[in-house]
Amino acid sequence: MGAGRLYLAVAAGGFRRYATYRLATAAGVFTNTVFGVILVFTYLALWEERPGLGGYDQAQAVTYVWLGQCLFATLAIQGGGAEKELMERIRTGEVAVDLYRPVDLQLWWLAGDLGRAAFQLLGRGVVPFLFGAAFFPTALPTDVARWAAFTVTLLLAGVVSFAIRYLVALSVFWLLDGTGVNQALMIAGLFFSGMLLPLNAFPGAFGEVVRVLPWAAQLQMPADVLMGETGVAGALAFQAGWAVVLLAAGRAVQSAATRRVVVQGG
Amino acid sequence: MGDEAFIGADGAAGVGEAIGVGEAFGADEAFIEVDGVEKVFDVRRRTGFLKRERRRVRAVDSISFRVARGEMVGYIGPNGAGKSTTIKMLTGILTPSGGRLRVAGIDPSRERTRLAHRIGVVFGQRTTLWWDLPLIDSYRLMHRMYRIPDARYRENLDRLVELLGLEDLLEVPVRQLSLGQRMRGDVAAALLHDPEVLYLDEPTIGLDVMSKARVRAFLRELNAERGTTVLLTTHDLQDIEQLCSRVMVIDHGRLVYDGALAGLHEVGESERMLVVDLERELPPIEAPPARVVKVEGPRQWLAFPASESAAALVARVAADHPLVDLSVREPDIEAVIARVLNSPAEPPEAPREDVGRVIS
Amino acid sequence: MAERGAVVEGLRAYRLIAGMWVRSSMTYRTSFAVTVVGNLLLTGLDFVGILLMFSQVDRLGGWSLPEVAFLYGLSVTAFGFADLVLGSMDALGARMRDGSFDVLLVRPVPVLAQVGADRFALRRLGRITQGLAVLGWALSAVDVEWTAAKVLLVPVMVLSGAVIFGAVFVAGAAFQIVAQDAAEVQNAFTYGGTTLLQYPPTVFGNDLVRGVTFTLPLAFVNWVPAAHVLGRPYPVALPGWTAYASPLVAAVCCGAAGLVWRSGLRAYRSTGS
Repeated sequence: MGAGRLYLAVAAGGFRRYATYRLATAAGVFTNTVFGVILVFTYLALWEERPGLGGYDQAQAVTYVWLGQCLFATLAIQGGGAEKELMERIRTGEVAVDLYRPVDLQLWWLAGDLGRAAFQLLGRGVVPFLFGAAFFPTALPTDVARWAAFTVTLLLAGVVSFAIRYLVALSVFWLLDGTGVNQALMIAGLFFSGMLLPLNAFPGAFGEVVRVLPWAAQLQMPADVLMGETGVAGALAFQAGWAVVLLAAGRAVQSAATRRVVVQGG
Repeated sequence: MGDEAFIGADGAAGVGEAIGVGEAFGADEAFIEVDGVEKVFDVRRRTGFLKRERRRVRAVDSISFRVARGEMVGYIGPNGAGKSTTIKMLTGILTPSGGRLRVAGIDPSRERTRLAHRIGVVFGQRTTLWWDLPLIDSYRLMHRMYRIPDARYRENLDRLVELLGLEDLLEVPVRQLSLGQRMRGDVAAALLHDPEVLYLDEPTIGLDVMSKARVRAFLRELNAERGTTVLLTTHDLQDIEQLCSRVMVIDHGRLVYDGALAGLHEVGESERMLVVDLERELPPIEAPPARVVKVEGPRQWLAFPASESAAALVARVAADHPLVDLSVREPDIEAVIARVLNSPAEPPEAPREDVGRVIS
Repeated sequence: MAERGAVVEGLRAYRLIAGMWVRSSMTYRTSFAVTVVGNLLLTGLDFVGILLMFSQVDRLGGWSLPEVAFLYGLSVTAFGFADLVLGSMDALGARMRDGSFDVLLVRPVPVLAQVGADRFALRRLGRITQGLAVLGWALSAVDVEWTAAKVLLVPVMVLSGAVIFGAVFVAGAAFQIVAQDAAEVQNAFTYGGTTLLQYPPTVFGNDLVRGVTFTLPLAFVNWVPAAHVLGRPYPVALPGWTAYASPLVAAVCCGAAGLVWRSGLRAYRSTGS
């Protein structure tokens, strides 16, 4: 299938491009490790005070931390993925050229973003994770099936993450300046994905709401699948559901944007 | 301590006063003195997976020259010859590895900020202006940074804006300017504080013909009217021909020619070209010392030494052959330079790479 | 004497350049207000995280919420000031990569001032604002027997803390001159540092606390003096007077950062880019 090969090439391109930032990636590994250490100690104290918080024991909380650091750059939880380039292209107007190409814009950027994610997972995320697993007590599963399911949740998490950021990027068509939405994206991403505290530990009704938002699909879901705290089928359905909804919304907005570009003459 | 007093103490008020300072040093003291200056870099290359090779590259290899006040000097050479490195040492960006370097009696590597008040620099490839701010904001900042007296700032700004055609561009952010506009903006910025010397590092690179002409005319006037010393590195030999009476040619870190432009033609054994259009196709014209280098139908190209008179040659050719039209082409200075660089008198040396040698 | 001259020159140049950036950002007044609020919210998320934690527990590492808020307010305000004044220094590597660093060396003002004032962002007041707000609440809610010395310690901590963080920014920038792409390593110490200091020292392992007290003395930003103010034991044995040592530590860090910066600049000027 020609299209399949094309998008694979786009993904490979994304991978390669981010792989050239060697020093920046190494520095990122260091930063994620440092933040992981800080967070682990904090969580250990927290779970010491309240064991079983959010349905986790201490080892699981620690695993959650390292998974979070691993996925922080991979899923561009705070933004900073391929959508930044898209925003720039929209801002300068270069995107008009992209819209007339015989390739699907959304799939194009999705492929590129997944390529980036793949590199940042292998080049940046894995090392802090291994470091954490080596020096702190973690609750990693031993059976292959669980790891396989985890891999699938990771992929879906990547798609959901992209879908959110794609919608945010498209807003630049109307807003013209990306700084405001970028800030909002950073705040929302950081908070609702559970980087500060596992969503399972959020109190009361607020917690209930936060656990069904799409951001929950990024870190909380994969973490729970990995540690066996939730059913695989349910998690995948949740992720897939949000992926479909957000991608569809993205396409709808994309059509509106395309119409706008055509009407305005680029 | 007021701004005025500060400038007075520094002696950098302007060219007029500066000449007085120069005379205090002695009239035969050159403005720019470069004595056996060298710059050696450690270059690391990855030769294998984990192996790394260290080489010492002499970017500038014992260069000596003097520039008097008010001269306009061209500094040319191939890429990587050491032109930019020399400018960087003259302006204080880089410190020399050896030798003695003085500009207006000041050592740039030791007294960078003191010298900065008296020099102006224009980089062709990057701007000295603030990228995101409007042009006028950069100038306002320089007004305060260089402590230029208000009246002089106003006077200079008005004059430079007029001469360089910047009136409509003052409120435009620098990043929105075209390359030619930005270059003119950079030139104005470099001259706001009446520097005694102006360094230009590839100033006309990427400019269109109109902008180049404008910048060149401006530099000519600057040198003629205000006596500003100008040192210009360039690839564009038109710049040299139109502006500089003196040329320094640098290759592989060494100065291979330093003298008048006319002399360069002699050294390079330049040839001019007489292109004649004959009435019809004829066998190659014999008219020594000219020699035919190319024939295309009725058109013939005759090369003759640059020192020969074209008029005499034309008369001779016209007397013996039916001419329809002719033109005289000046020597291709690229070829001249190339010949100077490859001249048998000074065989080109490969860069001296002293592996592991300690430079004291 | 030349030292003094350079410092005065540097401050003047900083004021000029930063002033220009402030004036420029003021031309977009509404968007400026939005970015300040955005900065406030983004940086304030850390405290929201702490609040969420305390919605589930009463104590963290043995410290109560007002006590943790006290640490948070001090760390964040000090860091906020350092970030406001010198936060742009982490962009030095990018400058070197695009070749615009040389331009700074041609101007008649100290390079440090130019780099520090570059892209001066008044929006960073957002962080300072939320830090001060939390600190203010903490001061009212915390259970302390206030003496004159303890009261004085609070602004001393903020000021010394700002200087210490500032020194880390400068040292990090000097490091970037040598290793251009390494902006994020610096971030691990600056942003990591301020995050670390938001939590009580009792939460962390002894090695980490020792490292942050003796090697990179961030603990003197708030941990050591605050433990004294709150009457809480410090995990690492320290003599009593160290509670008042923050200004001394700040001065030493300042001097060290100056040396590091100067040698970084010297290295650049001898090896090019």
